[in-house]
Amino acid sequence: MVSDFEVSKMQYHAEVTIGLKSGMLDPEATTIKKALEHLGYPTNSLQMQKRFILDLDAASRDEARFKVDEMCNRLLANPVIHNYEIVLEESG
Amino acid sequence: MKIAVLQFGGSNCDHDVHYVLNEVVGVDTDLVWYKDDLEGYDGAVVPGGFSYGDYLRAGAIAARAPIMNSLRKMADKGLPVIGICNGFQILVESGLLPGALMTNRYPKFRCDWANLRVENNVSPFTRSFKKGEVIRLPIAHKEGNYFADEHTLSKLNAQDRVAFRYVDEQGNTTDEANPNGSIENIAGILNEKGNILGMMPHPERASEEILGSRDGKKIFDSMMEYITSL
Repeated sequence: MVSDFEVSKMQYHAEVTIGLKSGMLDPEATTIKKALEHLGYPTNSLQMQKRFILDLDAASRDEARFKVDEMCNRLLANPVIHNYEIVLEESG
Repeated sequence: MKIAVLQFGGSNCDHDVHYVLNEVVGVDTDLVWYKDDLEGYDGAVVPGGFSYGDYLRAGAIAARAPIMNSLRKMADKGLPVIGICNGFQILVESGLLPGALMTNRYPKFRCDWANLRVENNVSPFTRSFKKGEVIRLPIAHKEGNYFADEHTLSKLNAQDRVAFRYVDEQGNTTDEANPNGSIENIAGILNEKGNILGMMPHPERASEEILGSRDGKKIFDSMMEYITSL
């Protein structure tokens, strides 16, 4: 009767977007912005971000968010220079 | 005395450091694979290269490798640890040193000689230099633009933890002498205890006259002298 005591896990889908904190210089983005200008597309601003798309199991929405937040702090982002945003939804 | 040179997948200056320590400095040195530990070693070098292909961020994956716990323990004991180039990136990613190394101001791989001013000559790595001495070492990196927030920066300065700055031949911290846009021309920093050094330039590539400079050898000589003094 073990199953009665098992916490049922839900499936979650998370999308994490990571970018430099505002005010930090991004030479790569600046170079791309200039290249766009050379092609005849002037822009007023241009930023580059990284996006991670992942699926995970968790007992609750809070647990899923906590886990993804921890992943960001421990590996995916560098808290010294990055901000990140997590969008989470139940997927199954 | 025994020194460890850490090896990760993609390290490529490991053999250079291993050769210089064994053959030029004359200290017993092993290459140590990232899954092993550092028990029994008196100091360590985290060498340059492109560990894990610079995936995610330069140094990010290596900074979470198993051997890093062992390196942390070694550093806690006060033993000297030096991170060179990608090794410096690994040390900041692991939190052993503060700040971050970002893409060069002009986003290009710079392979060149750099003049450095010795800012602190009392650390385990710089004690063989004179304060303010200008030395010459090669650089080779694309992510060497040192960044730290204002609070960290003022702490680094107040505690005399900037080891080297990029300067011109006369020893002035000019903008032209700064190869990567590092804040305040910083080329190398120390941790709070002073036993961890991270630097972008390559002392192992300037340890023999035939390579154009022997200034780098003094960093390793200082490190050995420090270990002997413990």
